[in-house]
Amino acid sequence: MLARSSTSGIAPMTDPAPAFLALDGLSKRYADHVAVDALTLGVAQGEFISLLGPSGCGKTTTLQMIAGFTEPSGGAIRLEGRDLVAVKPARRGLGIVFQSYALFPHMTAAENVAFGLEMQRVPKAERARRVTDALALVGLSALAERYPRRMSGGQQQRVALARALVIQPRILLLDEPLSNLDAKLREEMQIELRQIQRRIGTTTILVTHDQHEAMALSDRIVVMNAGKVEQIGRPQDVYERPATPFVASFLGKTNVFEALVERGADGAAAVLGTVRCPCPPHLAGAGHVLLTVRPEKIAFADEGLACRIVSRVFQGTYWLFIGETPAGVATIVCQNDGAAQPGEGESVHLTWRADDAALRPLSGAGA
Amino acid sequence: MSRNGPLALLFHALVMLFMLAPIVIVCVVAFTPEGFLSLPTNGLSLRWFKAIAGYPEFVSAFRDSLWLAALSSVIAVGVSVPAALAVARHRFPGREAVSAFILSPLMIPHVVLGVAFLRFFTQIGVGGSMVSLVLAHVVIVLPFAFRLTLSTATGLDRSLEQAAVSLGASGATLFRRVTLPLILPGVVSGLVLAFINSFDEVTMTVFIAAPGATTLPVRMFLYIQDNIDPLVTSVSAVVIALTVVVMALIEKLFGLERLLAGEGGGRS
Amino acid sequence: MSALADTAPRRAGMPGWLAPALMLLPAMLLVVGVVLVPLALTALLSFHSFSSSTGISAGYALENWAEIAGDPYYAEMFLRTFRIAGVVTLACCLIGAPEAYIIHRMRAPWKGIFLVVTLGPLLISVVARTLGWALLFGGRNGVVNKALMDLGILSQPIPFMFTEGGVMVALTHVMVPFMVLSVWAVLQRLDPRAENAAASLGASQFTVLTRIVLPQVMPGILSGAIIVFALSASAFATPAIIGGRRLKVAATLAYDEFLNTLNWPLGAAVALLLLVAIAAIVIGCNALVERHYSKVFQ
Repeated sequence: MLARSSTSGIAPMTDPAPAFLALDGLSKRYADHVAVDALTLGVAQGEFISLLGPSGCGKTTTLQMIAGFTEPSGGAIRLEGRDLVAVKPARRGLGIVFQSYALFPHMTAAENVAFGLEMQRVPKAERARRVTDALALVGLSALAERYPRRMSGGQQQRVALARALVIQPRILLLDEPLSNLDAKLREEMQIELRQIQRRIGTTTILVTHDQHEAMALSDRIVVMNAGKVEQIGRPQDVYERPATPFVASFLGKTNVFEALVERGADGAAAVLGTVRCPCPPHLAGAGHVLLTVRPEKIAFADEGLACRIVSRVFQGTYWLFIGETPAGVATIVCQNDGAAQPGEGESVHLTWRADDAALRPLSGAGA
Repeated sequence: MSRNGPLALLFHALVMLFMLAPIVIVCVVAFTPEGFLSLPTNGLSLRWFKAIAGYPEFVSAFRDSLWLAALSSVIAVGVSVPAALAVARHRFPGREAVSAFILSPLMIPHVVLGVAFLRFFTQIGVGGSMVSLVLAHVVIVLPFAFRLTLSTATGLDRSLEQAAVSLGASGATLFRRVTLPLILPGVVSGLVLAFINSFDEVTMTVFIAAPGATTLPVRMFLYIQDNIDPLVTSVSAVVIALTVVVMALIEKLFGLERLLAGEGGGRS
Repeated sequence: MSALADTAPRRAGMPGWLAPALMLLPAMLLVVGVVLVPLALTALLSFHSFSSSTGISAGYALENWAEIAGDPYYAEMFLRTFRIAGVVTLACCLIGAPEAYIIHRMRAPWKGIFLVVTLGPLLISVVARTLGWALLFGGRNGVVNKALMDLGILSQPIPFMFTEGGVMVALTHVMVPFMVLSVWAVLQRLDPRAENAAASLGASQFTVLTRIVLPQVMPGILSGAIIVFALSASAFATPAIIGGRRLKVAATLAYDEFLNTLNWPLGAAVALLLLVAIAAIVIGCNALVERHYSKVFQ
């Protein structure tokens, strides 16, 4: 028995270290559709991971299953190797920040933060100390006795964060926590959230539809679509090397050109104007391929892909150009570094480094 | 300053006169010093208010009415809260039908209910008792308590309770510390509306009331059927004054406008 | 995302439907036991026959229903009941709807004050309110009648007590708040900018009222009318006090059969017929209204 359990403990593991939180084939099926389809994911201790995708992609359902508010139809959730599905939601010890903040309107900020400690029967003196610390952590010491309805959105957000963190949760779940804030405040809160998480080191799962938020905050991003994982990776990897067309189009603007494959001395290459991008062997035989390149990777040059500027929009830190090329409409972003920029109606040439472009077959999902 | 024209304001004044005249006249005539119905032109007198004390049936009916209204509204709310929460948060087939069913006593004319209750309570042997009055009043005020509780329970943000659960609350603690305080406005409004409707009910109660178990409005109604004299006027004036006091209290506590216009009114 | 989620997760050993079923049970039992069963028993009762010497018989017969169908007294009485309800409904539309709009257009303190004054009577005992009308117009001693006769304007008191007109006036007073309430609910959702938009397009105030406001408020008036009609047709206390024993409506007739004549089966038949007639009219009107407005407001 002993020997058997020790071998089975090692043999099926593909990761060298067992994940802190493991989702294994997690699924949620409803009568008419599948919300989450066999999601498998390992989260390391202290990691900040984002579930990113459009609404209806299954990210919120996944969070609800981890929190225990929705029962999985299949698969397992393990926290430190122990089955979490069997644990009642009230006993899971997870901190959750909701999109609506879900602050108790009939309690002050301090009472809201103290609630979880009361449920754990933490002695009064220790409770008071921890509430004070938590409110100080989010910079709200002065508003302890204020009721939520008399607070701004950003302040409510901080109370919700303090309330979730004060119970020292094993995992912090953030459900679109910043989506109700205005753009400026959202950026400030992103920085602060990241700093707080780094300082206390709580394993954090963020659900968001905002790619900038996911990229700004996370160690790794899980891009989801229609209940399935499209790609898991570090923010820059997911952005620079999208694994699927969905990821490419969901994360930021991207240009998609149809390019001709030519064989030359240096092997097969996708050609647009005079820009040549080497083709990987499996695409070398195709007549045409799709070439994607991010708008900010394109530069104006003396030769390259011919383009006529249709419109030019000033965006403060950068210029946004829309141009017409023989291969399709191009979007170009240039840093506003004070240099002269082409005007509307001008003919220019576009170029980019071969490394910045991704090639995919013309039809099908690609890989 | 009003955005209404002079014609509109004249119309408004006439409507106010129409609405208030019969109520004001009761209160004025109650102060007559004469032995018959008349305006108190020769000074005000409290003789007819003092006379109420000489008719213990009014006093006891008033006391019974208060008890009946308190009991039936509390029971109705006690039954409504779990039912409203079940309808608001659980998805099950026939959910709409269930809530329509609980609201259905509102749709049945009170005279029909009176007829049905008289026959039913006589047959099961509780006719003419306080038990039958309480049962009957609970079902007629149940829709008010249920509707107001349901409307706050439906508007409740689910994530509030989920937040409490994630912080370790469950069962009775969850209900006492989070759910109940959140639906309290609806529960209290429902309780008040149920109390008032029970207290004012006459049409149904007149069928099932008996000398030992009757209510003030029924006593007043039966008295008026025999003759109208200043005594019943002073009793009515007291009822009106108490209602106005209750209205003022409601206004101070959570706004009469919200109770009346927010979620359906009473029913006579 | 589907809203069909089983939002309350199931615990081991307890099926998901059990908790809501238990929570609904007391309310459902009350309505079944204290409303449905008595109504069914009343329906049965209406088929028993009755004689003043032997009381209610055990057998079933159509006697009561035949009497109601055959005797023109009942037809006249039901006709009167619904005539009164119809006139009261019309009066409430003409008084309540404009009044709600006028109050809606008032500014801050007055708006709240007059709304409470208009709706407040709902909370005051209907017996006390009807007594007020009897004091104002009841015979020679009625305050208004007496004043007018003392001034020599009238030689005879205005006929009010025991008349249909008197019942209609007093009942309108009882019902107006329901109409105001119903119209108010719609007015609250109205976008005031629509009126300004119409005015800016050159519409006169009258045109704004008839072309912009009235069509939007109509559903509120109609649903108010349905409520007022149903309540008026089954009203008891006001017709009993103003109409007395001489002017019977369906509700007071049922009362007399039950508590004076003691012919319970006949009283049950009258009450049931009233219930069915009101239900038919209300459901019919509702269907008409919904069919008409579903296109506009869905």
